[in-house]
Amino acid sequence: MIVHEDKSTPMAVVDVMYDVGARDEDENHTGFAHLFEHLMFGGSLHIESYDEPLQMAGGENNAYTTNDVTNYYCQLPAENIETAFWLESDRMCSLAFNENSLEVQRKVVSEEFKEQYINKPYGDVWHKLRELCYKEHPYKWMTIGKELSHIENAKLQDVKDFFFKHYTPSNAILTVAGNVSTDQIKKLAEKWFGGIPAGKKYVRNIKPEPQQKEPRMMEIAESVPLNALYKCWHMSSRLDKRYYTAEVITEILGGGASSRLFQSLVKEQQLFSSIECSHMGSIDPGLLYIDGKLLKGITLEQAENAVIVELEKMKTELVTKVELEKVKNKTESMLAFEDISLMNRANSLANYELLGDANLMNTELESYQAVTREEIMEESNRIFTETNCSTLYYRSTIKE
Amino acid sequence: MLNRTIAPPIKDAIDFEITLKPYTLAHLSNGVPVYYINDGAEEVAMIDFVFDAGNNYETKNGIAAATNQLLKNGTAQKNAFDITEYIEYYGAYLSRKSFNETASITLHCLSKHLKELLPLIREIITDAIFPQNELEIFQQNNIQRLSVNLLKCEFVANRVIDEYLYGPNHPYGKVNTKLDIESIRREDLISFYNQFYIQSKCRIFAAGKLPQDFEPLLDQHFGDLSLNENILPVKYKREPAHQKKHFINNDPNGVQGAIRIGRPFPNRRHPDFKKAIVLNTLLGGYFGSRLMGNIREDKGYTYGIHSYLENHLEESSWVVSTEAGKEVCEATIEEVYKEMKILREEPVNAEELLLVKNYMMGLNLGYIDGPFQVISRWKSLILNDVDENYFYDSIRTIKQVSAEELQELANKYLLPEDFYELLVI
Repeated sequence: MIVHEDKSTPMAVVDVMYDVGARDEDENHTGFAHLFEHLMFGGSLHIESYDEPLQMAGGENNAYTTNDVTNYYCQLPAENIETAFWLESDRMCSLAFNENSLEVQRKVVSEEFKEQYINKPYGDVWHKLRELCYKEHPYKWMTIGKELSHIENAKLQDVKDFFFKHYTPSNAILTVAGNVSTDQIKKLAEKWFGGIPAGKKYVRNIKPEPQQKEPRMMEIAESVPLNALYKCWHMSSRLDKRYYTAEVITEILGGGASSRLFQSLVKEQQLFSSIECSHMGSIDPGLLYIDGKLLKGITLEQAENAVIVELEKMKTELVTKVELEKVKNKTESMLAFEDISLMNRANSLANYELLGDANLMNTELESYQAVTREEIMEESNRIFTETNCSTLYYRSTIKE
Repeated sequence: MLNRTIAPPIKDAIDFEITLKPYTLAHLSNGVPVYYINDGAEEVAMIDFVFDAGNNYETKNGIAAATNQLLKNGTAQKNAFDITEYIEYYGAYLSRKSFNETASITLHCLSKHLKELLPLIREIITDAIFPQNELEIFQQNNIQRLSVNLLKCEFVANRVIDEYLYGPNHPYGKVNTKLDIESIRREDLISFYNQFYIQSKCRIFAAGKLPQDFEPLLDQHFGDLSLNENILPVKYKREPAHQKKHFINNDPNGVQGAIRIGRPFPNRRHPDFKKAIVLNTLLGGYFGSRLMGNIREDKGYTYGIHSYLENHLEESSWVVSTEAGKEVCEATIEEVYKEMKILREEPVNAEELLLVKNYMMGLNLGYIDGPFQVISRWKSLILNDVDENYFYDSIRTIKQVSAEELQELANKYLLPEDFYELLVI
């Protein structure tokens, strides 16, 4: 449990993070961690509705699921904080496991699936890319699930098994932030969570992704208006020091309108109408990617070659001191702005604690500041190799 | 033994006192008002320059937004790259946004870098040159973005419903087409810039940890800007569509439909507006709303359904919005009208009303948490030309509005025959 006192606000945030995400799913039952997140609002052992009492106490809440974690958070007037303890602890005890709630949420998640991944141009692209890049590791499917049928076929028994395996105190981190005192929170936590059996710590046993040995290539033709190019490379895990170097690389290539790819490929050469470079931010070894929409009349081959030229520069020349300084300044300012919101602070603390140490929040900036120009070149040489790369050509079939 | 069936006692949020922290008001030498709150735990600052330069004032579609966007793409001294790199070097963000009445330039940065960044903002406001090649890149990229967006049913629905509700020539209802973007000329931008930025009506809002010499610093860089107090908002007449029901077949392979059901509504200063905010929350303004409860949580037709009062200065609309499965779109529309009918025919019970009120009060308490939030409340009041009494009246309305008043309001405004209905698949 983590407490962050901030007496300047009238509010309090209660954040419960469970150490379970889509990477913990069975390949034949994907989308489950996320579907489950929906079911956590369908009533718990002693409380019919989660939302109503919270709203009655002037609170609001939300939750999200990633490939790594599931996080539930609520914000309410600090004076009513006990309501959040009551609600969160009861759903950690046990859910109501209501057949009707499962039935409805299956439909809701199916609509979410359609809204975000089917009924949009390029909506399926990350399904394809993950499958292309990962052959073993469960990052090969998205949190929403590999296919709609996995969600449609979810059974109540699966839901129960999943709950008792993952939703135990030993797999959870409780973070409280705001106008509270540590003593008060210790008492409340003891009162509401103290009696819940700790449960067995779930030990993750995920096959690491074998090293990619050859370039991978995929082509799709769809009725989208523009050709799009996607390139992905495997990068290091969240706790590796090189993670920070990779992040700096993505910033130099794709962070903002003065970044290399934007300046060279959108402004000077005019090959793309938009291009970005980022990474998945995952705990296990993730992906660094470049994603761009081509201008009409430019071929995918031409666009890809121009990207490769930029990557070659990263591999053969040191980035300038100004570029590196710029990224460090941006990171400093980004972290400072993130910390304004109480909710963000609680969420960051939970995230870092899950990684092993909440204090990482205070040393994060130093890790970025420590990255050198030489390390950037070295890491670029490690990441940007042909055999580490997966490329997707997304071709437009719409004729003008 | 702990009894988990009993809820811990709560303080009803309607018993909370909400106080909006006052701002400091200063005037630069030329009279430009600066509203600011110097406070905060982090060493960060925000300065927002608001110009009366929205699309209300343009004579050709898209000019106001393009001028605003391209302000930072070249001055007499610096090209677009130099400007962006300078801003990003200091880890700052310079966003430009264009609305109907106003357009803004907003700087977010570490407090320690304000001194280096303000001169650049001045340069952008007084010396932008809108290079031809920057305009061409802007046009070509925006046309491409539009072509992607036009394949999304919700994008199309959002544009078209406003066109029905205000009319295609009204600043709140008009939409930019490919042809509009292609027709933008450099001279249009320069002329708009001269009229509404070089000679401007400008207001400044700021918050965060500000330097001790903040006022003189601003005056040094912006105290001599030329003002034009004669910029008066153009009045447009609302001309809603004649036909009420519309269907657009946008994507033959679509698996969902975007539904918009909306009616014209007066502006914030209308006596019904504050009460309507409460009724709207009940109908579709929060997760526990009637529409969410019925259409998502009971029927599973959608991932989300919301209703809202559009945030415009002169006049508003009341809109219900959702994306639902293709085969349940008609059923969804039917349920929306059913929920309106229930609100007309039955008074909301005491418990649900208290819940909505408590929820809204909690939300308001969170809305005024920290200097950035507080200045944003003030900005909204000031731009709407109302004072803190409006804010406190809104809070009082939440606390005091009765079930009867809400039912009366539902009977006045939630009448199916007044609504425009649009389905885009």
